[in-house]
Amino acid sequence: MSNPGILLSLIDVTRTFGGVQALSNVSLDVHAGGITGIIGPNGAGKTTTFNIITGAYEPTAGEIYLSGQRMTGLRPYQIARAGIARTFQNIRLFSSMTVWEHLLVAQRPKGAALSRFLPAGLSKTQAAVEAERALTFFGLEKFRDRPARSLPYGLQRKVEMARALTAKPHLLLLDEPIAGMNHEEAEELRLLLLKLCQDGLSILLIEHDMTFVMNLCERLYVLDFGRLIAKGTPDEVRTDPVVLDAYLGSEA
Amino acid sequence: MSGALLLQQVVNGLTLGAVYTLIALSFSLVMGILGILNLAIAELFMIGGYVGFTLIMAGAPLPVAIIGGMVVAAAVSVVIEKIGYEPLRDAPAITPMLSTLGFSIILQNIATNLWGSDPLQLPDDRLGSRIALGEVSIGTMQLLVIGASIFLVAALAFIIQRTTLGRALRAVAENRDVARLLGVRANHILLIAFILSGVMAGAAGVLISLHYAAITPYIGVETGLKAIAVMVVGGVTRTWGALLAGPLIGLAEVATISYGGSQIRDFVVYGLMILILLVRPQGLLGGARSDHGPRV
Amino acid sequence: MSTYYAGLLADTGILMLGALSVYIILATGQLSLGNAGFMGIGAYVASWLTVEVGLPLTAALLIAAVFAGIVGVVIGFPALRLKGIYLAMATLGFGEMVRSFFLNFEPMGGAGGFSGMAHVSVGYIWLWAGGVLILVSVLERSRLWLEIRATHDDETAASLVGLNTTATKIGAFGFGAAVAAIAGGLFAHHQVYIEPANFGFERSIDLVLAVILGGSTVAPGALVGAALLVMLPETLRFLADWRLAAFGTLLILVLLVRRQGILDRGLFRMLTLRRQGT
Repeated sequence: MSNPGILLSLIDVTRTFGGVQALSNVSLDVHAGGITGIIGPNGAGKTTTFNIITGAYEPTAGEIYLSGQRMTGLRPYQIARAGIARTFQNIRLFSSMTVWEHLLVAQRPKGAALSRFLPAGLSKTQAAVEAERALTFFGLEKFRDRPARSLPYGLQRKVEMARALTAKPHLLLLDEPIAGMNHEEAEELRLLLLKLCQDGLSILLIEHDMTFVMNLCERLYVLDFGRLIAKGTPDEVRTDPVVLDAYLGSEA
Repeated sequence: MSGALLLQQVVNGLTLGAVYTLIALSFSLVMGILGILNLAIAELFMIGGYVGFTLIMAGAPLPVAIIGGMVVAAAVSVVIEKIGYEPLRDAPAITPMLSTLGFSIILQNIATNLWGSDPLQLPDDRLGSRIALGEVSIGTMQLLVIGASIFLVAALAFIIQRTTLGRALRAVAENRDVARLLGVRANHILLIAFILSGVMAGAAGVLISLHYAAITPYIGVETGLKAIAVMVVGGVTRTWGALLAGPLIGLAEVATISYGGSQIRDFVVYGLMILILLVRPQGLLGGARSDHGPRV
Repeated sequence: MSTYYAGLLADTGILMLGALSVYIILATGQLSLGNAGFMGIGAYVASWLTVEVGLPLTAALLIAAVFAGIVGVVIGFPALRLKGIYLAMATLGFGEMVRSFFLNFEPMGGAGGFSGMAHVSVGYIWLWAGGVLILVSVLERSRLWLEIRATHDDETAASLVGLNTTATKIGAFGFGAAVAAIAGGLFAHHQVYIEPANFGFERSIDLVLAVILGGSTVAPGALVGAALLVMLPETLRFLADWRLAAFGTLLILVLLVRRQGILDRGLFRMLTLRRQGT
């Protein structure tokens, strides 16, 4: 099972909702250190795939492995601790928290269990350093003590991504990361993601913007009606007649 | 227990159940459409009871007493909606719930001051005759309670299922935003839900004071909480589940009093309610699974 | 100090502990309308231990707290399946079941109530009340509380950043129940007589009310709310028969004007002059 170059594998994953097959026999690999994309028309099962990977839904059939370890049936927090983090299509930040608190909350506390119960000021060490680093990396210093939900949309996306990264994941799942962003912001994000990849992070993303996907991803999977209809490099996928057929009329 | 006594108990249980059904419908009109627990319904029921009681003592005929109770309870319900609910619509559900609690406190205080905290008794001559059926005797009042409840439920069912207003109510219950887009005046509809809810609670209050031939300012809390259990057992968002759950809980209560002593009945009723919440949140009758409501 | 004021102070301390028990559970996004049930369990267990077993009060309170805490955890598991108003109604049912249980529990007097407890001083009550308030206030600045807030704000997002929200929610139920039990035990030894009606729905509502009025985002809100609930009816005494109506009106007004309660994070930070950050 543990093929060295492969971080995440889905094997024949099927998920039904009340008799309706949202995903049927989807198999997919994410290579370590690369950026993989999932594309497909609306309702193709992309977000369902994310929900299954993160444990929000259990697959009806099939298996999920992370670095050769079986993830199927684990609870979402266990999967998160195993090294998978995600962002959401509709940003989900904690309504009562400042930006700074978002950067602390996802970190796994190290050291004595007792320190969890002590005022944060006393155990201000590694966690604060990590949070500070994330703050700088995303250029959020100015907004440190602002309630995260009060920030403009683009910044909220950054906070969400920063929160995911402070959990130190091996794999980051991004659900439509550039939705609602302008060109410059999207370009900025593209460079950021490339930088993260160089540092060893693997990324799996869902995105509708074809230019963005084609410029960024090394491998693509195409879903349609819950089935995998194509996979390969952006060039292979772009010219695949099955893909063109699926997208005909549905993609601008 | 003899067969006759059993029949007597069944009639008692059904009478109680009929009243529970009315209050449960009152709760679920507001709960199903707005997602909030209107705690003041218990006291609307109590106030309705006192108004009806006072009218009967003053010599008014029964229908007038019942209508009087309904009108006053509905009017108070409008005040609650305008002051206690509308300004707090976008707050977490706990906030309007507590503002309705504020109204409960006020209403109970008013009742205690107007009518005293001791129970008021209805004199025997106002109670009507009893119909003897062999060893069983059924008060005409009991028949009246059951009959009036059936009539009110039928009238409510007609409004909700057959009229434009009912369609609008159901649309808002389904999804408030969508309803607004479709042109339903949601604010107006919410007010009407409160009025209908008040009407049911007020009528139930008059009927139960006839059933017990007595009333106290504290009748609301005990019966009202029980009606919440009835609503849950019937299914919070399945309004008509209360038709089954009301008589069921009424009978279960009378049965536990007969067999297990009167004190154990609350244990059984609330135990059943928790069980339903856990294993069948959509209520006994089932159907589409309800969602678990908005977060507090 | 006159007995009158001592009595009010004792009531405030006990109500604040009860309010804190609601606050702890509410902090994870769960509304309990049945905490009077946990109070009742604490009152009966602690009273039995001091009167029948002859334990000192402190030991009795600790045992009662642990016992109620276990009950709270047991209740917490099924509570996971319910949210919002549905959970509120289930806990309401639980509270009524506990009351009904003690009504039928003849070994402890049933409907007749239970007495024989030694009266406890205001000072002792406030030792507990102050201690628990400080404990919760310290916890509020910990990493654990950050996890609790995450669970409150968005449970799904919290679990997807690796937080065990199940453990958090159940733990909160257990902790809240234990605090309620201490409130109940102190109540029993302050009143020196208890009956099941002491622990009904109205008591549960009082606890919730204290939290919401005082402010449900910082622990000292429970203190403000409890003091308000105890003192208000006293200050409104001049209204004689209408003081409850006035109280109800004030309650509605506060909710309309300041729905987050009197104390919130912003005001609390200003009052304590806490530095920004951390």
